[in-house]
Amino acid sequence: MKTGAQILIESLKDEGTDVIFGYPGGSVLPIYDVLYDSGIKHILVRHEQAAVHAADGYARASGKTGVCLATSGPGACNLISGIATANMDSVPVIALTGQVPTGMLGNDAFQESDITGITMPVTKHNYLVNDTGSIRRVVKEAFFIAGTGRKGPVLIDLPKDVQTGQTDEGENPNVEISLRGYKPTYRGHPKQIKSAMKLITEAKKPIIYAGGGVIASDSSAELVKLAERFDLPVTTTMMGLGAIPAHHPLNLGMLGMHGTEAANYAITECDLLIAIGARFDDRVTGKIELFAPNAKVIHIDVDPAEIGKNKAVDVPIVGDAGEVLRDMISLAETLDIKKKEPWLTKIEDWRENHMMKYRDDKELHPQYIIEQLSGILEGEGIIVSEVGQNQMWAAQYFGFKMPRQWISSGGLGTMGYGFPAAIGAQFAKPDETVVLIAGDGSFQMNIQELGTVSQYNVPVKMLILNNMYLGMVRQWQELFYEKRYSYTELPQVDFVGIAAAYGIPGVKVEEKGEVKDALKKAMETDGPYLIDFRIEREENVFPMVPAGAAISDMIGCHIPDEKEALK
Amino acid sequence: MKSQILSVLVENQSGVLARVSGLFSRRGYNIESLVVGRSESPEISRMTIVACGDEAQIEQVKKQLNKLIEVIKVTDITEKEHVERELALIKVNAEPGDMRSEVMQIAGIFRAKVIDVGSKSVVLEITGDSGKINAIEELLKPYGIYEMVRTGKVALQRGSATVLNSK
Repeated sequence: MKTGAQILIESLKDEGTDVIFGYPGGSVLPIYDVLYDSGIKHILVRHEQAAVHAADGYARASGKTGVCLATSGPGACNLISGIATANMDSVPVIALTGQVPTGMLGNDAFQESDITGITMPVTKHNYLVNDTGSIRRVVKEAFFIAGTGRKGPVLIDLPKDVQTGQTDEGENPNVEISLRGYKPTYRGHPKQIKSAMKLITEAKKPIIYAGGGVIASDSSAELVKLAERFDLPVTTTMMGLGAIPAHHPLNLGMLGMHGTEAANYAITECDLLIAIGARFDDRVTGKIELFAPNAKVIHIDVDPAEIGKNKAVDVPIVGDAGEVLRDMISLAETLDIKKKEPWLTKIEDWRENHMMKYRDDKELHPQYIIEQLSGILEGEGIIVSEVGQNQMWAAQYFGFKMPRQWISSGGLGTMGYGFPAAIGAQFAKPDETVVLIAGDGSFQMNIQELGTVSQYNVPVKMLILNNMYLGMVRQWQELFYEKRYSYTELPQVDFVGIAAAYGIPGVKVEEKGEVKDALKKAMETDGPYLIDFRIEREENVFPMVPAGAAISDMIGCHIPDEKEALK
Repeated sequence: MKSQILSVLVENQSGVLARVSGLFSRRGYNIESLVVGRSESPEISRMTIVACGDEAQIEQVKKQLNKLIEVIKVTDITEKEHVERELALIKVNAEPGDMRSEVMQIAGIFRAKVIDVGSKSVVLEITGDSGKINAIEELLKPYGIYEMVRTGKVALQRGSATVLNSK
């Protein structure tokens, strides 16, 4: 006979779980008692929200499923924004929550919350387990659902009596799961793939628009292969950064609200749009009617509900990006390929003249910091961002070489995500350099995790682009609300002092000339390190497509030189 | 805006109704009626959902329903050969005398059953398509309807076609 808690931990081990991010409490005591000497590493965070973000960062860095654990009631509720983050960005996460005993369910018992009810809209699926015998099956199903098809978070709610209950049922690790309502499609329909290839060979101005689905399906190599085979220029969403190396001659960089002019112009002019693992989000498309207005559209996605949701599609292909791309490549071998010369000349010109630029003078500009970081890391390492201006500067200027190198909250845009996600990523990739790029606002949203970093000596490098503002909101207030900076100014904080209180070394940087040495020192330090960059306060993220405008209608493309700026 | 009849097979488990109805409300889809009950197999429930929207919206409804793990199959039977019925119970004012006999006459024409008779009222049971029920409701209104309950539409495809074996 085994207890539910024992079966749970065994089942997690069977699924390959080696680390759990969690926070104990009354309703999960039986699970923590088993965890104590289970051999699974448990990382004690300082807030449940950090547990789920860390599990998410772990999943994005490794491609495996991340696991977090919280107690009932407030513990479970603190997971919600993290679960919603994982849901929007299709990240495989298992959230385990304690629950009051089954006999007390619905009685407003101490620390009771209806977490399956609350998380229904933000999970791929969830379970309230009501008997010990089904734990093993539920865990197996949950990992299967989280990690297949369009990936996503699954929550398992475990009443305390289910954890303590004993059974000899459900011990068979080969328990059958039957999910007749869940059958993802992986292979694309051959006829559709053929139609797509026909459009590609006929197109004069084609472009690939690649999203996070390419990263999630580990199909970056296939993407690059297809692009090279047909000379197809590529633009990626923020979630798709790293799917093709930044400096690849066919890469136009990121598109959308803060994308490159090159990418946004190319999308507007193209006659064939090949969307792969992307979902036509409003931050990408701007005014949807003017997004690729003259193009036929091929849309490849593992989630049929994304196809045709925001934009009408000529050739829909439901399937895993990798599977479909491999089929397209093998079909391509038989095709006669014409180089699309005039289009490529234009692309080359855009690449030369309309990529990212900023005014590089003697002031401390955040873009300069990101460029220097990229130089020191030679474009490698794992970069995790918070949300806001810091995120956009990192996305625009780092120059990602590889998939899973860029970790950032895209769909939900969750401030406070980055720091715990960086901790999670570091546990997934202990030998990689993990760098957090944060703003002073977002860093303070989960600043308590300095405690976790300190306790486990997590060697995350924390770079704070400190402008004493909630910078992105301030930017919108500057541009669209007549500089009425309503509640976006933050008082100065001695971040180095706070880090020191946790025993973490750091340095404050106020001059451009100090940047390189500070970054080098951070990277050479064995363990965590914090740099507080006091950047140009009112620097903006440009170019920018105002909300609701066409993506070709960008502002801030012209960067004034110093003389002009003085006027 | 068209009304579409979706026949949806779901796992007979607690919470499924909440998942389905929650999906409709949070995505802003309009629902005219939703009927759920056991199907031919005890572990499967059948929902008959009448939803209205343009073609793209209905397409999204179907796709989003299909994404729910506990939804086994969604079939739009509006354009397929099908039969549909709705049942209503109507408690109508029927004072003894002329009024009562007129009400009974209307009931007879519509093949409604009288399932309760009170001193001043009768309860009629009527089955048919929604139009027929609307019609009798209109005719009975002048007499005074005390209470009415309608089940919402249930529907099945004609012939041997089933939701599970249809495309």
